[in-house]
Amino acid sequence: MRARFLASEVGLGLRRNLTLTVAVVVTVAISLALLGVGLLANSQVKVMKDYWYDKIEVSVFLCGNLSESPSCTGGAVTAEQRDAIEGDLRALPVVSTVYYESQAQAFARFKDRFKGSAIAANVTQDQLPDSFRVKLKDPKQFAVVQSAFAGRPGVDSVQDQRAVLEKFFSLLGVLRDGALAIGLISVLTAALLISNTLRIAAFNRRRETGVMRLVGASSFSIQLPFILEGVIASIIGWAISTGLLAALKSLIDTRVAPLLTFTKFFAWSAVWQASGFLLITGFLVSSIASLLTLRKYLRV
Amino acid sequence: MIRLENVSKVYPRAARAALDDITLEVAKGEFVFLVGQSGSGKSTLLRLVLKEERPSSGTIHVAGKELNSLSQWKVPELRRQIGTVFQDFRLLPNKTVTENVAFAMHVLGASVKEVRRAVPEVLELVGLDGYGKRRPNQLSGGEQQRVAIARAFVNQPKILLADEPTGNLDPTTSVGIMKLLDRINRTGTTVVMATHDSGIVDQMRKRVIELDSGCIVRDQVRGVYGYSG
Repeated sequence: MRARFLASEVGLGLRRNLTLTVAVVVTVAISLALLGVGLLANSQVKVMKDYWYDKIEVSVFLCGNLSESPSCTGGAVTAEQRDAIEGDLRALPVVSTVYYESQAQAFARFKDRFKGSAIAANVTQDQLPDSFRVKLKDPKQFAVVQSAFAGRPGVDSVQDQRAVLEKFFSLLGVLRDGALAIGLISVLTAALLISNTLRIAAFNRRRETGVMRLVGASSFSIQLPFILEGVIASIIGWAISTGLLAALKSLIDTRVAPLLTFTKFFAWSAVWQASGFLLITGFLVSSIASLLTLRKYLRV
Repeated sequence: MIRLENVSKVYPRAARAALDDITLEVAKGEFVFLVGQSGSGKSTLLRLVLKEERPSSGTIHVAGKELNSLSQWKVPELRRQIGTVFQDFRLLPNKTVTENVAFAMHVLGASVKEVRRAVPEVLELVGLDGYGKRRPNQLSGGEQQRVAIARAFVNQPKILLADEPTGNLDPTTSVGIMKLLDRINRTGTTVVMATHDSGIVDQMRKRVIELDSGCIVRDQVRGVYGYSG
Protein backbone atom coordinates (compact mmCIF):
# COMPACT_ATOMS: atom_id res chain seq x y z
CA MET A 1 0.00 0.00 0.00
CA ARG A 2 1.45 3.34 -1.03
CA ALA A 3 1.87 6.12 1.51
CA ARG A 4 -0.45 8.49 -0.31
CA PHE A 5 -3.32 6.02 -0.49
CA LEU A 6 -2.72 5.00 3.13
CA ALA A 7 -2.77 8.64 4.26
CA SER A 8 -6.03 9.33 2.44
CA GLU A 9 -7.67 6.21 3.92
CA VAL A 10 -6.51 7.13 7.45
CA GLY A 11 -7.69 10.72 7.04
CA LEU A 12 -11.05 9.50 5.76
CA GLY A 13 -11.39 7.13 8.71
CA LEU A 14 -10.53 9.82 11.28
CA ARG A 15 -12.98 12.30 9.75
CA ARG A 16 -15.81 9.83 9.31
CA ASN A 17 -15.60 8.90 13.01
CA LEU A 18 -14.91 12.45 14.13
CA THR A 19 -16.83 12.37 17.43
CA LEU A 20 -15.17 9.13 18.45
CA THR A 21 -11.77 10.43 17.36
CA VAL A 22 -12.29 13.48 19.56
CA ALA A 23 -13.34 11.23 22.45
CA VAL A 24 -10.17 9.16 22.08
CA VAL A 25 -7.96 12.28 21.88
CA VAL A 26 -9.51 13.82 25.00
CA THR A 27 -9.44 10.58 27.00
CA VAL A 28 -5.84 9.88 26.09
CA ALA A 29 -4.88 13.49 26.89
CA ILE A 30 -6.48 13.43 30.33
CA SER A 31 -5.33 9.97 31.31
CA LEU A 32 -1.76 10.59 30.21
CA ALA A 33 -1.81 13.95 32.02
CA LEU A 34 -2.95 12.20 35.23
CA LEU A 35 -0.21 9.64 34.87
CA GLY A 36 2.19 12.53 34.22
CA VAL A 37 1.11 14.24 37.44
CA GLY A 38 1.97 11.02 39.25
CA LEU A 39 5.39 10.97 37.61
CA LEU A 40 5.99 14.63 38.50
CA ALA A 41 4.92 13.95 42.09
CA ASN A 42 7.56 11.24 42.11
CA SER A 43 10.22 13.69 40.88
CA GLN A 44 9.02 16.20 43.45
CA VAL A 45 9.47 13.72 46.31
CA LYS A 46 12.99 12.99 45.04
CA VAL A 47 13.83 16.68 44.77
CA MET A 48 12.55 17.35 48.28
CA LYS A 49 14.43 14.38 49.73
CA ASP A 50 17.67 15.56 48.14
CA TYR A 51 17.02 19.09 49.34
CA TRP A 52 16.09 18.20 52.89
CA TYR A 53 18.38 15.27 53.53
CA ASP A 54 21.19 17.58 52.54
CA LYS A 55 20.22 19.90 55.40
CA ILE A 56 19.25 17.52 58.18
CA GLU A 57 21.47 16.62 61.06
CA VAL A 58 21.77 14.15 63.85
CA SER A 59 21.72 15.83 67.28
CA VAL A 60 23.73 14.32 70.10
CA PHE A 61 22.35 15.99 73.24
CA LEU A 62 24.71 16.10 76.17
CA CYS A 63 23.78 15.71 79.82
CA GLY A 64 22.76 18.87 81.66
CA ASN A 65 21.80 19.48 85.28
CA LEU A 66 18.20 18.51 84.61
CA SER A 67 18.80 15.40 82.47
CA GLU A 68 17.07 12.28 83.77
CA SER A 69 18.27 9.52 81.48
CA PRO A 70 20.34 6.67 83.07
CA SER A 71 23.52 7.73 81.30
CA CYS A 72 23.37 11.12 83.03
CA THR A 73 23.52 9.85 86.62
CA GLY A 74 27.00 11.38 86.89
CA GLY A 75 25.50 14.87 86.52
CA ALA A 76 26.27 17.36 83.78
CA VAL A 77 28.74 16.40 81.10
CA THR A 78 32.38 17.13 81.95
CA ALA A 79 34.79 18.91 79.63
CA GLU A 80 36.85 15.70 79.21
CA GLN A 81 33.75 13.67 78.33
CA ARG A 82 32.70 16.31 75.82
CA ASP A 83 36.11 16.37 74.13
CA ALA A 84 36.18 12.56 73.99
CA ILE A 85 32.69 12.47 72.41
CA GLU A 86 33.66 15.08 69.85
CA GLY A 87 36.87 13.19 69.01
CA ASP A 88 34.98 9.91 68.58
CA LEU A 89 32.31 11.59 66.45
CA ARG A 90 34.92 13.03 64.10
CA ALA A 91 36.61 9.62 63.90
CA LEU A 92 33.44 7.93 62.57
CA PRO A 93 33.75 7.35 58.82
CA VAL A 94 30.02 8.08 58.20
CA VAL A 95 30.28 11.53 59.72
CA SER A 96 30.78 14.46 57.44
CA THR A 97 30.88 17.51 59.74
CA VAL A 98 30.42 18.13 63.47
CA TYR A 99 29.81 21.37 65.26
CA TYR A 100 29.16 22.12 68.85
CA GLU A 101 26.13 24.09 70.03
CA SER A 102 26.62 25.52 73.52
CA GLN A 103 23.79 26.17 75.99
CA ALA A 104 24.03 29.89 75.18
CA GLN A 105 23.66 29.24 71.43
CA ALA A 106 20.81 26.82 72.03
CA PHE A 107 19.08 29.40 74.20
CA ALA A 108 19.48 32.11 71.56
CA ARG A 109 18.07 29.81 68.89
CA PHE A 110 15.21 28.75 71.15
CA LYS A 111 14.25 32.35 71.90
CA ASP A 112 14.42 33.18 68.23
CA ARG A 113 12.14 30.28 67.28
CA PHE A 114 9.51 30.93 69.95
CA LYS A 115 9.67 34.69 69.74
CA GLY A 116 6.65 36.37 71.30
CA SER A 117 5.49 33.14 72.90
CA ALA A 118 5.05 32.61 76.65
CA ILE A 119 7.34 29.57 76.49
CA ALA A 120 10.36 31.71 75.67
CA ALA A 121 9.84 33.82 78.79
CA ASN A 122 9.72 30.79 81.10
CA VAL A 123 12.81 29.01 79.85
CA THR A 124 16.24 29.77 81.20
CA GLN A 125 19.58 29.02 79.58
CA ASP A 126 20.56 26.17 81.90
CA GLN A 127 17.37 24.28 81.12
CA LEU A 128 18.54 23.73 77.57
CA PRO A 129 21.17 21.05 76.86
CA ASP A 130 24.28 21.67 74.85
CA SER A 131 24.72 19.34 71.90
CA PHE A 132 26.78 18.21 68.92
CA ARG A 133 25.16 18.76 65.55
CA VAL A 134 26.39 16.05 63.24
CA LYS A 135 25.99 15.95 59.48
CA LEU A 136 26.28 12.49 57.93
CA LYS A 137 27.69 11.63 54.56
CA ASP A 138 24.67 9.42 54.01
CA PRO A 139 21.64 10.48 56.08
CA LYS A 140 20.44 6.86 56.23
CA GLN A 141 23.44 5.87 58.37
CA PHE A 142 21.86 7.27 61.52
CA ALA A 143 21.90 3.88 63.27
CA VAL A 144 25.72 3.88 63.35
CA VAL A 145 25.78 7.10 65.38
CA GLN A 146 22.87 5.97 67.51
CA SER A 147 24.50 2.68 68.53
CA ALA A 148 27.89 4.26 69.19
CA PHE A 149 26.72 7.15 71.40
CA ALA A 150 23.31 6.41 72.94
CA GLY A 151 23.76 5.43 76.59
CA ARG A 152 27.36 6.60 76.74
CA PRO A 153 28.13 8.56 79.92
CA GLY A 154 27.61 12.25 79.30
CA VAL A 155 25.26 11.68 76.35
CA ASP A 156 21.61 12.31 77.14
CA SER A 157 20.04 11.24 73.86
CA VAL A 158 20.68 10.94 70.12
CA GLN A 159 18.02 12.37 67.84
CA ASP A 160 17.60 12.05 64.08
CA GLN A 161 15.74 14.85 62.30
CA ARG A 162 15.23 12.42 59.47
CA ALA A 163 12.60 10.60 61.55
CA VAL A 164 10.42 13.70 61.47
CA LEU A 165 10.92 14.17 57.74
CA GLU A 166 10.20 10.49 57.07
CA LYS A 167 6.62 10.98 58.26
CA PHE A 168 6.22 13.90 55.91
CA PHE A 169 7.73 11.99 53.00
CA SER A 170 5.62 8.92 53.62
CA LEU A 171 2.58 11.19 53.37
CA LEU A 172 3.91 12.58 50.08
CA GLY A 173 4.59 9.03 48.96
CA VAL A 174 0.96 8.07 49.52
CA LEU A 175 -0.15 11.06 47.46
CA ARG A 176 2.28 10.11 44.68
CA ASP A 177 1.15 6.47 44.66
CA GLY A 178 -2.47 7.61 44.54
CA ALA A 179 -1.78 9.86 41.55
CA LEU A 180 0.07 7.06 39.76
CA ALA A 181 -2.74 4.59 40.46
CA ILE A 182 -5.39 6.98 39.16
CA GLY A 183 -3.20 7.66 36.11
CA LEU A 184 -2.76 3.96 35.38
CA ILE A 185 -6.46 3.24 35.77
CA SER A 186 -7.39 6.06 33.42
CA VAL A 187 -4.78 4.91 30.87
CA LEU A 188 -6.46 1.51 31.04
CA THR A 189 -9.80 3.22 30.43
CA ALA A 190 -8.31 4.98 27.42
CA ALA A 191 -7.09 1.62 26.10
CA LEU A 192 -10.62 0.19 26.41
CA LEU A 193 -12.06 3.23 24.64
CA ILE A 194 -9.54 2.88 21.81
CA SER A 195 -10.43 -0.78 21.54
CA ASN A 196 -14.16 -0.04 21.34
CA THR A 197 -13.64 2.80 18.89
CA LEU A 198 -11.70 0.53 16.58
CA ARG A 199 -14.39 -2.11 16.87
CA ILE A 200 -16.95 0.42 15.70
CA ALA A 201 -14.62 1.66 12.96
CA ALA A 202 -14.02 -1.90 11.78
CA PHE A 203 -17.77 -2.50 11.73
CA ASN A 204 -18.43 0.75 9.85
CA ARG A 205 -15.89 -0.17 7.24
CA ARG A 206 -16.70 -3.85 6.90
CA ARG A 207 -17.46 -3.32 3.19
CA GLU A 208 -14.00 -1.89 2.56
CA THR A 209 -12.21 -4.54 4.59
CA GLY A 210 -14.33 -7.21 2.89
CA VAL A 211 -13.18 -6.01 -0.51
CA MET A 212 -9.58 -5.84 0.70
CA ARG A 213 -9.75 -9.43 1.89
CA LEU A 214 -11.24 -10.62 -1.39
CA VAL A 215 -8.67 -9.01 -3.63
CA GLY A 216 -5.92 -10.46 -1.45
CA ALA A 217 -4.66 -7.61 0.70
CA SER A 218 -2.45 -8.91 3.51
CA SER A 219 -3.93 -8.72 6.99
CA PHE A 220 -1.21 -6.23 7.88
CA SER A 221 -2.28 -3.80 5.16
CA ILE A 222 -5.94 -4.27 6.15
CA GLN A 223 -5.14 -3.47 9.80
CA LEU A 224 -2.58 -0.73 9.25
CA PRO A 225 -5.06 2.13 8.57
CA PHE A 226 -6.97 1.29 11.77
CA ILE A 227 -3.81 1.02 13.87
CA LEU A 228 -2.53 4.32 12.49
CA GLU A 229 -5.83 6.00 13.33
CA GLY A 230 -5.55 4.83 16.94
CA VAL A 231 -1.89 5.82 17.16
CA ILE A 232 -2.42 9.25 15.58
CA ALA A 233 -5.30 10.02 17.94
CA SER A 234 -3.12 8.93 20.87
CA ILE A 235 -0.21 11.07 19.76
CA ILE A 236 -2.45 14.13 19.51
CA GLY A 237 -3.70 13.27 23.01
CA TRP A 238 -0.11 12.93 24.20
CA ALA A 239 0.79 16.37 22.81
CA ILE A 240 -2.12 17.86 24.74
CA SER A 241 -1.10 16.04 27.93
CA THR A 242 2.44 17.41 27.63
CA GLY A 243 0.94 20.88 27.21
CA LEU A 244 -1.07 20.35 30.41
CA LEU A 245 2.01 19.24 32.35
CA ALA A 246 4.00 22.23 31.05
CA ALA A 247 1.14 24.50 32.14
CA LEU A 248 1.23 22.88 35.59
CA LYS A 249 4.99 23.47 35.81
CA SER A 250 4.77 27.14 34.87
CA LEU A 251 1.85 27.59 37.27
CA ILE A 252 4.02 26.16 40.08
CA ASP A 253 6.95 28.37 39.07
CA THR A 254 4.95 31.58 38.92
CA ARG A 255 2.29 31.11 41.62
CA VAL A 256 3.27 28.39 44.08
CA ALA A 257 7.07 28.58 44.36
CA PRO A 258 7.12 32.24 45.57
CA LEU A 259 4.80 31.23 48.43
CA LEU A 260 6.59 28.05 49.45
CA THR A 261 10.17 29.21 49.72
CA PHE A 262 11.24 26.46 52.13
CA THR A 263 11.48 23.85 49.40
CA LYS A 264 12.64 23.36 45.84
CA PHE A 265 10.37 22.14 43.04
CA PHE A 266 11.02 19.69 40.20
CA ALA A 267 12.88 21.10 37.19
CA TRP A 268 11.69 21.42 33.57
CA SER A 269 13.82 18.39 32.74
CA ALA A 270 11.43 16.32 34.90
CA VAL A 271 8.53 17.54 32.72
CA TRP A 272 10.27 16.50 29.51
CA GLN A 273 11.30 13.20 31.03
CA ALA A 274 7.72 12.48 32.07
CA SER A 275 6.52 13.56 28.62
CA GLY A 276 8.90 11.13 26.92
CA PHE A 277 7.69 8.34 29.16
CA LEU A 278 4.06 9.26 28.39
CA LEU A 279 4.77 9.19 24.64
CA ILE A 280 6.12 5.65 24.92
CA THR A 281 3.20 4.64 27.15
CA GLY A 282 0.61 6.19 24.82
CA PHE A 283 2.15 4.61 21.76
CA LEU A 284 2.44 1.17 23.32
CA VAL A 285 -1.02 1.20 24.88
CA SER A 286 -2.77 2.37 21.71
CA SER A 287 -0.94 0.00 19.38
CA ILE A 288 -1.36 -3.00 21.67
CA ALA A 289 -5.07 -2.22 22.18
CA SER A 290 -5.44 -1.83 18.39
CA LEU A 291 -3.64 -5.05 17.56
CA LEU A 292 -5.59 -7.11 20.07
CA THR A 293 -8.93 -5.66 18.93
CA LEU A 294 -8.24 -5.99 15.22
CA ARG A 295 -6.98 -9.54 15.56
CA LYS A 296 -10.40 -10.38 16.86
CA TYR A 297 -12.52 -8.31 14.47
CA LEU A 298 -10.55 -8.24 11.23
CA ARG A 299 -9.72 -11.82 10.45
CA VAL A 300 -8.41 -12.73 7.03
CA MET B 1 -6.37 -24.78 -12.28
CA ILE B 2 -8.84 -25.99 -9.64
CA ARG B 3 -8.82 -29.59 -8.43
CA LEU B 4 -10.92 -31.07 -5.64
CA GLU B 5 -10.29 -34.64 -4.45
CA ASN B 6 -12.84 -36.37 -2.20
CA VAL B 7 -13.75 -33.08 -0.60
CA SER B 8 -16.42 -33.05 2.11
CA LYS B 9 -17.56 -30.15 4.20
CA VAL B 10 -19.73 -30.50 7.28
CA TYR B 11 -20.60 -27.28 9.08
CA PRO B 12 -20.70 -27.51 12.88
CA ARG B 13 -24.12 -28.59 14.19
CA ALA B 14 -25.39 -29.18 10.64
CA ALA B 15 -27.64 -32.17 10.07
CA ARG B 16 -25.97 -33.20 6.80
CA ALA B 17 -22.83 -32.44 4.86
CA ALA B 18 -22.82 -29.27 2.73
CA LEU B 19 -20.47 -31.07 0.33
CA ASP B 20 -20.19 -34.84 0.26
CA ASP B 21 -17.12 -36.46 -1.28
CA ILE B 22 -16.71 -34.12 -4.25
CA THR B 23 -14.05 -34.81 -6.87
CA LEU B 24 -13.74 -32.47 -9.84
CA GLU B 25 -11.18 -30.71 -11.93
CA VAL B 26 -11.44 -27.41 -13.79
CA ALA B 27 -8.73 -26.88 -16.40
CA LYS B 28 -7.00 -23.60 -17.16
CA GLY B 29 -9.12 -21.37 -19.37
CA GLU B 30 -12.35 -23.33 -18.86
CA PHE B 31 -15.80 -21.80 -18.33
CA VAL B 32 -17.85 -23.82 -15.86
CA PHE B 33 -21.43 -23.38 -14.64
CA LEU B 34 -22.16 -24.65 -11.17
CA VAL B 35 -25.90 -25.29 -10.95
CA GLY B 36 -28.24 -26.69 -8.35
CA GLN B 37 -30.92 -25.62 -5.90
CA SER B 38 -30.26 -23.30 -2.99
CA GLY B 39 -28.40 -25.24 -0.33
CA SER B 40 -26.97 -27.72 -2.81
CA GLY B 41 -23.42 -26.63 -1.91
CA LYS B 42 -22.51 -24.20 -4.72
CA SER B 43 -21.50 -21.34 -2.45
CA THR B 44 -19.67 -23.65 -0.06
CA LEU B 45 -17.60 -24.92 -2.96
CA LEU B 46 -16.65 -21.35 -3.95
CA ARG B 47 -15.78 -20.51 -0.33
CA LEU B 48 -13.53 -23.55 -0.12
CA VAL B 49 -11.68 -22.47 -3.26
CA LEU B 50 -11.11 -19.02 -1.68
CA LYS B 51 -10.01 -20.69 1.56
CA GLU B 52 -12.70 -18.84 3.46
CA GLU B 53 -13.60 -22.27 4.80
CA ARG B 54 -11.54 -25.39 5.35
CA PRO B 55 -12.78 -28.73 4.04
CA SER B 56 -13.70 -31.35 6.65
CA SER B 57 -11.80 -33.86 4.53
CA GLY B 58 -10.20 -34.13 1.12
CA THR B 59 -7.66 -31.97 -0.67
CA ILE B 60 -8.06 -28.87 -2.82
CA HIS B 61 -5.53 -27.50 -5.31
CA VAL B 62 -6.00 -23.97 -6.63
CA ALA B 63 -3.56 -22.31 -9.03
CA GLY B 64 -0.90 -24.85 -8.16
CA LYS B 65 -1.28 -24.55 -4.38
CA GLU B 66 -2.54 -27.21 -1.99
CA LEU B 67 -4.87 -25.32 0.31
CA ASN B 68 -4.76 -27.53 3.44
CA SER B 69 -1.04 -26.97 3.85
CA LEU B 70 -1.19 -23.32 2.78
CA SER B 71 -0.40 -21.22 5.83
CA GLN B 72 -2.87 -18.54 6.84
CA TRP B 73 -0.54 -15.67 6.01
CA LYS B 74 -0.20 -16.93 2.46
CA VAL B 75 -3.95 -16.86 1.90
CA PRO B 76 -3.86 -13.25 0.57
CA GLU B 77 -1.40 -14.40 -2.08
CA LEU B 78 -3.87 -17.10 -3.13
CA ARG B 79 -6.73 -14.62 -3.30
CA ARG B 80 -4.73 -12.35 -5.62
CA GLN B 81 -4.98 -15.15 -8.17
CA ILE B 82 -8.77 -15.16 -7.86
CA GLY B 83 -11.27 -12.45 -8.77
CA THR B 84 -14.66 -12.69 -7.09
CA VAL B 85 -18.06 -11.35 -8.11
CA PHE B 86 -21.25 -11.57 -6.05
CA GLN B 87 -24.98 -11.26 -6.57
CA ASP B 88 -25.05 -8.09 -4.41
CA PHE B 89 -22.09 -6.39 -6.20
CA ARG B 90 -20.43 -5.27 -2.91
CA LEU B 91 -19.33 -1.88 -4.22
CA LEU B 92 -18.20 0.89 -1.86
CA PRO B 93 -21.08 3.41 -1.94
CA ASN B 94 -19.04 6.51 -1.09
CA LYS B 95 -16.44 5.96 -3.78
CA THR B 96 -16.81 6.66 -7.49
CA VAL B 97 -16.63 3.93 -10.13
CA THR B 98 -12.96 4.75 -10.78
CA GLU B 99 -12.16 4.79 -7.06
CA ASN B 100 -13.95 1.48 -6.53
CA VAL B 101 -11.83 -0.21 -9.18
CA ALA B 102 -8.66 1.64 -8.14
CA PHE B 103 -9.22 0.55 -4.50
CA ALA B 104 -8.52 -3.07 -5.45
CA MET B 105 -5.18 -1.99 -6.95
CA HIS B 106 -4.20 0.46 -4.20
CA VAL B 107 -4.65 -2.04 -1.39
CA LEU B 108 -2.18 -4.33 -3.17
CA GLY B 109 0.36 -1.53 -3.37
CA ALA B 110 -0.03 -0.42 -6.98
CA SER B 111 1.48 2.95 -7.86
CA VAL B 112 -0.66 5.90 -8.92
CA LYS B 113 0.78 5.56 -12.42
CA GLU B 114 -0.19 1.90 -12.73
CA VAL B 115 -3.68 2.67 -11.44
CA ARG B 116 -4.16 5.52 -13.91
CA ARG B 117 -3.21 3.23 -16.77
CA ALA B 118 -5.13 0.10 -15.78
CA VAL B 119 -8.45 1.48 -14.52
CA PRO B 120 -9.65 3.20 -17.75
CA GLU B 121 -8.56 0.10 -19.68
CA VAL B 122 -10.62 -2.27 -17.58
CA LEU B 123 -13.60 0.12 -17.52
CA GLU B 124 -13.52 0.15 -21.29
CA LEU B 125 -13.36 -3.67 -21.29
CA VAL B 126 -16.53 -3.93 -19.20
CA GLY B 127 -18.29 -1.28 -21.30
CA LEU B 128 -18.32 1.53 -18.75
CA ASP B 129 -16.23 4.02 -20.68
CA GLY B 130 -17.07 7.49 -19.34
CA TYR B 131 -18.81 6.23 -16.16
CA GLY B 132 -15.72 6.76 -14.01
CA LYS B 133 -16.96 9.71 -11.98
CA ARG B 134 -20.36 8.26 -11.10
CA ARG B 135 -21.21 6.68 -7.79
CA PRO B 136 -22.79 3.24 -7.42
CA ASN B 137 -26.22 4.68 -6.53
CA GLN B 138 -26.27 6.49 -9.88
CA LEU B 139 -25.88 3.23 -11.78
CA SER B 140 -28.30 0.49 -12.81
CA GLY B 141 -27.87 -3.02 -11.41
CA GLY B 142 -26.21 -4.23 -14.60
CA GLU B 143 -23.81 -1.31 -14.57
CA GLN B 144 -22.97 -1.93 -10.91
CA GLN B 145 -22.22 -5.55 -11.68
CA ARG B 146 -19.92 -4.43 -14.49
CA VAL B 147 -18.02 -2.26 -12.01
CA ALA B 148 -17.75 -5.26 -9.67
CA ILE B 149 -16.42 -7.39 -12.54
CA ALA B 150 -13.95 -4.63 -13.48
CA ARG B 151 -12.75 -4.56 -9.85
CA ALA B 152 -12.41 -8.37 -9.77
CA PHE B 153 -10.52 -8.40 -13.05
CA VAL B 154 -8.27 -5.34 -12.75
CA ASN B 155 -5.50 -7.24 -10.92
CA GLN B 156 -5.41 -9.84 -13.74
CA PRO B 157 -6.47 -12.91 -11.73
CA LYS B 158 -6.09 -16.40 -13.19
CA ILE B 159 -9.52 -17.44 -11.95
CA LEU B 160 -12.81 -15.54 -11.77
CA LEU B 161 -15.40 -16.88 -9.33
CA ALA B 162 -18.93 -15.56 -9.80
CA ASP B 163 -21.62 -16.38 -7.24
CA GLU B 164 -25.02 -15.76 -8.86
CA PRO B 165 -23.77 -12.66 -10.70
CA THR B 166 -27.07 -12.27 -12.57
CA GLY B 167 -29.28 -13.10 -9.60
CA ASN B 168 -30.45 -9.50 -9.17
CA LEU B 169 -30.62 -8.60 -12.87
CA ASP B 170 -33.30 -8.80 -15.54
CA PRO B 171 -32.79 -11.26 -18.43
CA THR B 172 -31.65 -8.69 -21.01
CA THR B 173 -29.07 -7.19 -18.64
CA SER B 174 -27.98 -10.69 -17.66
CA VAL B 175 -27.16 -11.51 -21.26
CA GLY B 176 -24.85 -8.47 -21.35
CA ILE B 177 -23.09 -9.62 -18.18
CA MET B 178 -22.69 -13.14 -19.62
CA LYS B 179 -21.17 -11.72 -22.79
CA LEU B 180 -18.71 -9.82 -20.61
CA LEU B 181 -17.80 -12.93 -18.59
CA ASP B 182 -17.38 -14.82 -21.85
CA ARG B 183 -15.03 -12.10 -23.11
CA ILE B 184 -13.00 -12.32 -19.89
CA ASN B 185 -12.90 -16.11 -20.30
CA ARG B 186 -11.49 -15.65 -23.81
CA THR B 187 -8.52 -13.73 -22.37
CA GLY B 188 -7.51 -17.05 -20.79
CA THR B 189 -9.11 -16.53 -17.38
CA THR B 190 -10.75 -19.58 -15.86
CA VAL B 191 -14.37 -18.74 -14.95
CA VAL B 192 -16.49 -20.64 -12.44
CA MET B 193 -20.04 -19.32 -12.13
CA ALA B 194 -22.64 -20.53 -9.69
CA THR B 195 -26.18 -19.81 -10.93
CA HIS B 196 -29.87 -20.75 -10.94
CA ASP B 197 -30.43 -18.96 -14.23
CA SER B 198 -31.54 -21.74 -16.58
CA GLY B 199 -31.97 -19.46 -19.60
CA ILE B 200 -28.37 -18.34 -19.48
CA VAL B 201 -26.96 -21.82 -18.96
CA ASP B 202 -29.00 -23.17 -21.87
CA GLN B 203 -27.88 -20.34 -24.11
CA MET B 204 -24.14 -20.47 -23.36
CA ARG B 205 -23.67 -24.22 -23.84
CA LYS B 206 -20.65 -24.46 -21.55
CA ARG B 207 -19.60 -27.19 -19.15
CA VAL B 208 -22.26 -27.69 -16.45
CA ILE B 209 -21.68 -29.27 -13.04
CA GLU B 210 -24.89 -29.90 -11.13
CA LEU B 211 -24.87 -30.30 -7.38
CA ASP B 212 -27.66 -31.79 -5.32
CA SER B 213 -27.45 -32.05 -1.53
CA GLY B 214 -23.68 -31.73 -1.69
CA CYS B 215 -23.11 -34.41 -4.36
CA ILE B 216 -22.23 -33.99 -8.02
CA VAL B 217 -25.16 -35.47 -9.94
CA ARG B 218 -24.08 -34.33 -13.40
CA ASP B 219 -20.93 -33.10 -15.13
CA GLN B 220 -21.66 -32.33 -18.75
CA VAL B 221 -19.59 -30.68 -21.47
CA ARG B 222 -21.69 -28.15 -23.39
CA GLY B 223 -24.58 -28.82 -21.04
CA VAL B 224 -27.93 -27.21 -20.28
CA TYR B 225 -29.56 -26.31 -16.98
CA GLY B 226 -32.11 -29.11 -16.70
CA TYR B 227 -31.77 -32.75 -17.70
CA SER B 228 -31.58 -32.95 -21.44
CA GLY B 229 -31.31 -36.71 -21.56
